[in-house]
Amino acid sequence: MKIPSSLTGPLPSILIAALWGSVMFLPFKGPGPALILFVALTAGITGLYGVSRLKISFRVLEGIPEFLSQHRIPATATLVLLFTVFPFILNNYYLDVLVMAGIYSILAIGLNVIVGFTGLLNLGFAAFYACGAYTYALLNTKLGLSFWVCLPLSAGFTSLIGLLLAVPALRLRGDYLAIVTLGFGEIMRLILNNWDSLTHGPNGITGIEPPEIANISFSNIKYYYYLVFIILVLSLAIIKRVEISRFGRAWKAIKENEIAASTIGINTTTYKLFAFAFGTFWGGTAGILFAAKMQFVSPESFTFIESVLILSMVILGGLGNTYGAVLGAFLLVLLPEALREVQLYRMLLLGIGLVLLMRFRPQGLMGVK
Amino acid sequence: MFFQQLINGLTLGSVYAIIALGYTMVYGILELINFAHGEIYMLGAYLGIILLGFFTASGLTGQSLILSVALTVILSILFCAMYGFTMEKIAYKPLRNAPRLSPLISAIGISIFLQNYVMLTQGATDKVFPYQLGDTAIHFADVQMTITQVLIIVISALMMLLLHLFISRTRIGKAMRATSQDMTMAALVGINVDNIISITFVLGAMLAAVAGVMVAVYYGLVNYSIGYIAGIKAFTAAVLGGIGSIRGAMLGGILLGLMESMGAAYVSTEYKDAVAFVILIILLLIKPSGIFGRDLPEKV
Repeated sequence: MKIPSSLTGPLPSILIAALWGSVMFLPFKGPGPALILFVALTAGITGLYGVSRLKISFRVLEGIPEFLSQHRIPATATLVLLFTVFPFILNNYYLDVLVMAGIYSILAIGLNVIVGFTGLLNLGFAAFYACGAYTYALLNTKLGLSFWVCLPLSAGFTSLIGLLLAVPALRLRGDYLAIVTLGFGEIMRLILNNWDSLTHGPNGITGIEPPEIANISFSNIKYYYYLVFIILVLSLAIIKRVEISRFGRAWKAIKENEIAASTIGINTTTYKLFAFAFGTFWGGTAGILFAAKMQFVSPESFTFIESVLILSMVILGGLGNTYGAVLGAFLLVLLPEALREVQLYRMLLLGIGLVLLMRFRPQGLMGVK
Repeated sequence: MFFQQLINGLTLGSVYAIIALGYTMVYGILELINFAHGEIYMLGAYLGIILLGFFTASGLTGQSLILSVALTVILSILFCAMYGFTMEKIAYKPLRNAPRLSPLISAIGISIFLQNYVMLTQGATDKVFPYQLGDTAIHFADVQMTITQVLIIVISALMMLLLHLFISRTRIGKAMRATSQDMTMAALVGINVDNIISITFVLGAMLAAVAGVMVAVYYGLVNYSIGYIAGIKAFTAAVLGGIGSIRGAMLGGILLGLMESMGAAYVSTEYKDAVAFVILIILLLIKPSGIFGRDLPEKV
């Protein structure tokens, strides 16, 4: 089929694309909105066309990890100072948002170990988040164990579950592994939803105690903020240490080329198991922090969309970049709060964002090609 | 009880089978899990409800009901073909040489987008089919089979036959087979690979549209979230039959439908949805190549 040359210029192409889009929209909302969409699409695509001719530089963002490692002490000191004074200058609402950003950061850097360092796509990370949260919820409400006893127990148990899933699943490659982890996530949610006698099904578990030290309860968001902040810094320090250790280097070798890695003597299976156990450990840690903050857990918080959201944070920040994962988590938690009016369109925009990110910036904000 | 479940399972299985065909055809050519394929099916179901509502409201009822049903099916297929085509062009084509993670994530993005697109335009609550069609049932002893169930099984069989003829007898079908065997070689002998990939996506979307409309008639209501779960189940069916194999997808779909309705009847209704996941996980661990699939060696 020959396309007439009068239809191949930029303007006719834009108009045809806009028309195509609005025709597809037509049955869902009727002719009026479709017409508005046509105008909006024409403007939007023209704008994108214009932007695509500009060169956008991410140099500044790419420089951040380098800058941080060169000026490690002053940079860390500034950040620590900033985050230390936040409770004195921000109200409880903002602190609440920051606590969630901190919890998601721990999730994202944990998932980054599995997906970013080792290159194993995991689409069911929310299952490990749920595992940590429910372990604490059950140990606390049924056996009365305190937060501090449960912190290592929850994280350790989640890590064990991660290991148990990984043993059979790691024989699979790429997409298939992704689908198995997705299936595992769904099964976990279905069990939490249906095992009424243990988990109270969709109603969830209430009355979970917040942590306590010497009768001072962390139910005050200011104290809780510091707790999450300290655990985040600790986990960052540990993960950065592991990243430059023998383990981190082996993971990255496996990600680059598994066959090549095994020929230079890396036991790929063992190291992949370590990656799963280590990554899910942080999933469990985030889970217990979440359960103790909300003092309530229900299966609704651990859906597939949650897994996708955590993965989006890692990808947005840049696969394999620990600081990037934290940046991604903060962006994806803070942005929707900042743009309250578009709250309804949050997920719609996340979907478009993922497609655009893969198309124009697959290495994420802080990743390098 | 057993025969009743057999019929229910067969109905459900035929629907899974025609959705699974879309997964298997795309995987056969691109080795890509088209994660958003289930959403096309969901769009098909919504289009069925919207369009039939529109036609019956504009007076095409009574004697002309057949006409409005026919128009609904044809238009739903056309619209879904457009969706499938556009999806491939926007989300997959630019990423053809990217690492394998990229198209999968792009597909998840499209899937989230389409779900929310329908939720925002059509509402988050269940949408009810405007017309009760084919309620009359055929009885054998204590087993009953509604006209809708008969139609679903017959139409699905017909679609599979048509697809089989298309792929085995036409020039385009031949080109599709060649492309799925070796894309580079197919391009070298003069096949326009881009067109073949587009055609594959459009074919899959058209089949999914039919499945969507049929399910909308069968259950009488749809929801924006049905695509995700149906997609996973159809993908399971495709893997069960051996991904990349057309007859595998057909057989896998029917088998999965049967296992699921037997599982719901004899094991537990609450864990009905888990059946597919458990089968999928066990299958991938034991025999990832499925019933008809080939074992592919890892490329170095």
